[in-house]
Amino acid sequence: MENKYTKKYVKVIAEFEEDGRIIPLRIFWEDGRVFEIDRILDVRPGVSRKVGGQGIRYLCRILNKEVCLFYEEPRWYVESK
Amino acid sequence: MDRVILHSDMNSFYASVECLYHPEFQGLPVAVGGNPKNRHGIILAKNQLAREAGVKTGEALWEARAKSPQLIIVEPNFERYLKFSKMARKIYYRYSELVEPFGLDEAWIDVTGSTHIYGSGEAIARKISREIQSELGLTVSIGVSFNKIFAKFGSDYKKPDAITVITRENYQEIVWERGVGELLYVGRSTGKKLMKYGIYTIGDLAKSSMDFLKCQLGKMGVILWDFANGLDNSPVKWFDENYNGNERVIKSIGNSITTPRDIENTKDMKLVMYMLTESVAMRLRETDCYCQTVAIHIRTKELRSFTRQMKLSKPSDLTGEIGEAAILLFNQNYDFSSPVRSLGVRAADLVPNTVPIQLDLFGHEEERIRQGRLDITIDGLRKRYGNHSVRRAVTIGDTMSCMDPKKDHVIYPLRYF
Repeated sequence: MENKYTKKYVKVIAEFEEDGRIIPLRIFWEDGRVFEIDRILDVRPGVSRKVGGQGIRYLCRILNKEVCLFYEEPRWYVESK
Repeated sequence: MDRVILHSDMNSFYASVECLYHPEFQGLPVAVGGNPKNRHGIILAKNQLAREAGVKTGEALWEARAKSPQLIIVEPNFERYLKFSKMARKIYYRYSELVEPFGLDEAWIDVTGSTHIYGSGEAIARKISREIQSELGLTVSIGVSFNKIFAKFGSDYKKPDAITVITRENYQEIVWERGVGELLYVGRSTGKKLMKYGIYTIGDLAKSSMDFLKCQLGKMGVILWDFANGLDNSPVKWFDENYNGNERVIKSIGNSITTPRDIENTKDMKLVMYMLTESVAMRLRETDCYCQTVAIHIRTKELRSFTRQMKLSKPSDLTGEIGEAAILLFNQNYDFSSPVRSLGVRAADLVPNTVPIQLDLFGHEEERIRQGRLDITIDGLRKRYGNHSVRRAVTIGDTMSCMDPKKDHVIYPLRYF
């Protein structure tokens, strides 16, 4: 089966709270674009069946679109088309 | 009040984890198998499609490939499985602190005290199943019952992704119908023995006389009779969440290895024995124990295997003494009449290393103390720079010496009792 998604590791700037929570703020795309995370809608452990992986899943709103950002220690990735 | 016990079993655990990381495997038969180059070439786990093609756990890779030519075989990734096992356990801990793991993929959970918060055992089972599905991407089979044995039976009853409730009202219909071999601790040989006496189902076992079983099977007979009648009352044991093994009271420490090539001479045998002993003795020191007995396990090329053991003159955790004992045992009990396929060393009869030891006038106590210090120093170096940083001269310059029993050994054996 052809898979149109790939696992794209990305550079992320994140905030580490005193209580241990990690909050991603900004994603750096490979072509130099920087995406601000406007809002985090949901945080929970989750799997990404499209590209294969398991980690903390951040459901983020970026430019009015919902994007899943995964923290699979020690790296971050998104499901990219 | 009856206890409420769940037994959760992650379906085709290794294979499911691998499929999760390889979405391209979707719709294909997948199996996890060892590396045939190191002669570990057997199937460790398989997914549903491979099972349907007739692939069996434990068979050789080539046998499996013959049954299912498009079978994808991936090498195991134990660290990943340990991680998933730990995460699953964390989900169980949301519902009870009484979680007893049984291997990496199974666990008992005693939720008796949580039923008034989260609902019935079945409701909790459904929640756990949903959470594992969404957070780990795996499916589980869960058995819900009033004792551990029936809970375990329930999780095996319907697979995959199912919940089976076995109550005092329905256990005779569900459990008693099934073959006696499906009961925990009825293996091949016990099953054969029982069959000889016309005991085919678990119901037959439950209805037979306990005295008769005791005569035939010893104390195990009584235990099995209890199991079959739903009288098992063993508790779900409390477990340290951060501990990744599954034995609380360590009875022995051992390592064994199937070597990349058969062992046919004393030189190779010594090499392997020392390699295994290094790992065993280091683990012995880590647990602050001395051993009083050393045992070895030998398996020949024809898969005939036997064990031999001997008592040490003094309790010891010295690599040198244990290794020498293992080699002595080998030399006394085997003559290479057939090449050796796998070897094992086990330190048993453990005592805390604080026990007083009877010294003798003519022993080399000073030498032993010096050896002990040397071992501790080497342990320290290995912890900092890796297990291969300091090696015995015998193990240098041999292809087999790349094996690292200490590091490769991550999954500890387990027992129900």
